[in-house]
Amino acid sequence: MTNHESGGVGVKSRLKIPAGLSEPDLLRMFEWMLLARSVDERMWLLNRSGQAPFMISCQGHEAAQIGAAFALQPGKDVLVPYYRDLGMVLYFGMTPGELICSLLGKTPDPSSQGRQMPGHYAGKRYGILTTSSPVASQVLHAVGVGLAAKLKHEDIVAWTACGEGGTSQGDFHEAMNFAAIHKLPVIFFVENNGYAISVPVSEQMAVVNVSDRAAGYGMAGVTVDGLDPLATYAATKEAVERARAGEGPTLIEAKVHRLTAHSSDDDDRTYRTIEEIQRERSEDPVISFRNLLVENGIMSEETEAEIRKRVKAQVNEATEFAEQAPLPDPSELLDNVYAS
Amino acid sequence: MANKLLIDAIRDTLISEMRADERHIIMGEDVGQRGGVFRVTAGMVDEFGPDRVINTPLAESSIIGVAIGASMHGLLPIAEIQFLDFIHPAMNQIMSEAAKIRYRSAGDFNCPIVIRTPYGGGVHGALYHSQSIEAIFAREPGLKVVAPIMPDDAAGMLRSALEDPDPVLYLEHKKGYRAIRGEVPENGYRVPLGKAKVVKEGSDATIISYGMMLIESLAAAEALEQRDGSSIEVIDLRTLYPLDNETILESACKTGKVLIVHEANKTGGLGGEVAAIIAEEAFPYLDAPIMRVCGPDAPAIAFSRPLEDAFLPTRETIGATLDKLAAY
Repeated sequence: MTNHESGGVGVKSRLKIPAGLSEPDLLRMFEWMLLARSVDERMWLLNRSGQAPFMISCQGHEAAQIGAAFALQPGKDVLVPYYRDLGMVLYFGMTPGELICSLLGKTPDPSSQGRQMPGHYAGKRYGILTTSSPVASQVLHAVGVGLAAKLKHEDIVAWTACGEGGTSQGDFHEAMNFAAIHKLPVIFFVENNGYAISVPVSEQMAVVNVSDRAAGYGMAGVTVDGLDPLATYAATKEAVERARAGEGPTLIEAKVHRLTAHSSDDDDRTYRTIEEIQRERSEDPVISFRNLLVENGIMSEETEAEIRKRVKAQVNEATEFAEQAPLPDPSELLDNVYAS
Repeated sequence: MANKLLIDAIRDTLISEMRADERHIIMGEDVGQRGGVFRVTAGMVDEFGPDRVINTPLAESSIIGVAIGASMHGLLPIAEIQFLDFIHPAMNQIMSEAAKIRYRSAGDFNCPIVIRTPYGGGVHGALYHSQSIEAIFAREPGLKVVAPIMPDDAAGMLRSALEDPDPVLYLEHKKGYRAIRGEVPENGYRVPLGKAKVVKEGSDATIISYGMMLIESLAAAEALEQRDGSSIEVIDLRTLYPLDNETILESACKTGKVLIVHEANKTGGLGGEVAAIIAEEAFPYLDAPIMRVCGPDAPAIAFSRPLEDAFLPTRETIGATLDKLAAY
């Protein structure tokens, strides 16, 4: 593995709570991370049992996402996510039931009412822009949101994400350049899990850190341990403050692990060693953060049991809701091509 | 009414709509102080300021991609691509993003952007400043493609495009900018998108065209009428997608003979689709095969004068084909 040379892995040290967070916040963070993981695991079950044709996972990215999400304001800030941002969209209000509807192509899917594959998150009422499959094309839209916000004198931040593979796209570079020129309130959040499907980061870029590129555009850039939600929280909070102060965009690289294959159609054993997969699994951010909270006396056994019970109930209810939800009608095929 | 050049009809409409709705912004290469390489946006940065008339970096995908994002956050961007020939880097943003936003979000989002871009040959622009590649776009559900050539249509359709809640590719014939002049109604004149126009009525044959080839087609029709009294109907498609099947079919059924003229390459050009619509829906009314006069299947228009002239259809080549059509 070469992709984590410059960062630490996991939360190992004694807990130092960043400014802006309290102990109850940390418990909430854990619950969101666990919810994202649990919804994700349920989706895999539905896929492997033949009920869902396709699944793309957030496992290993939960800490990065929930840490970032806690520094943002749902209902105000705008998300322009990518396909692994299950934790982000949950935090911004999308329900587990809606997400499983998306997995099953059911009408209550808020992203597209069953038009798009799962993982193409959207919802105007949640402040989540619609996105497509060609990677990184959405980051330019976040810049557009930032431009509109600036012209309208709105105090919002546009947060957009992609993987490290997406940073090779021209749109990524064009977006950073445009945002930096106009000092737009945009946060580029790169979830670097070391692989773009099967291509390792060493074949994706010659730089050690994606964030090194920020300097080339005259903007701030930072690499953080994406297995530590407190690290991504702190980095995102700083970026939000910069954006709200009119001081421009930030590139945040969160180094994470991808704990599953790229998607349900991929088999990562064809290009990764078992040892590497096992090592990354031993650094599972949900487990690490749980251990940290327990070791520091923030989460008791009782509290953890309550959290796990709540999350399990949510996921079960969500599954039931989605299984009973209606499918789109074929008569809708040509709806919404144009306004009328 | 005022008599205006095509370029002034476009410019005046832009200014009037920029004044009327501050959600409009103009963004593109050189649109600021320079006023665009064709001067369509001349003077606008002085009136509306650099926040609303934005010189973009030289990167077409960002022009369209940023416009798309801004349109989903309450603005009504007008994006300029300097030449249609340079639009390819933005293709993903136009085809995969703008055109599909309403559909893929089941109507939750829409993308009210207008992409203005000059196209067409006859100005010694060579391979990369002359192309007519509109057919690439005129098959993309979710996107509207318009190519008005008369100044009144240019003004009225630009206003409609700016009010349209969906993305519109608005094509401006660069040779027509300062060659075509006409009366333009004042005060909020609108021409609906999706409607072709019978610019000259006739009964013996129909020419269907758009852009500068409409001008050549009209000249060919008039020459034939003066020569032998033939009565040629001429239709300006104006909107290339979605096509106005009704007007096309009505005329085809009336005259029974159809000639389609465009300067875009023949293969895969819009004429093929128009011919197919007529063949499918009006076959019993036809008295002759549907004919086409188009640009040849050369990669693009060459620089040198004789080669450029040889590429573009003319009133003479159109007239010669009309004679063949009449002979049936």
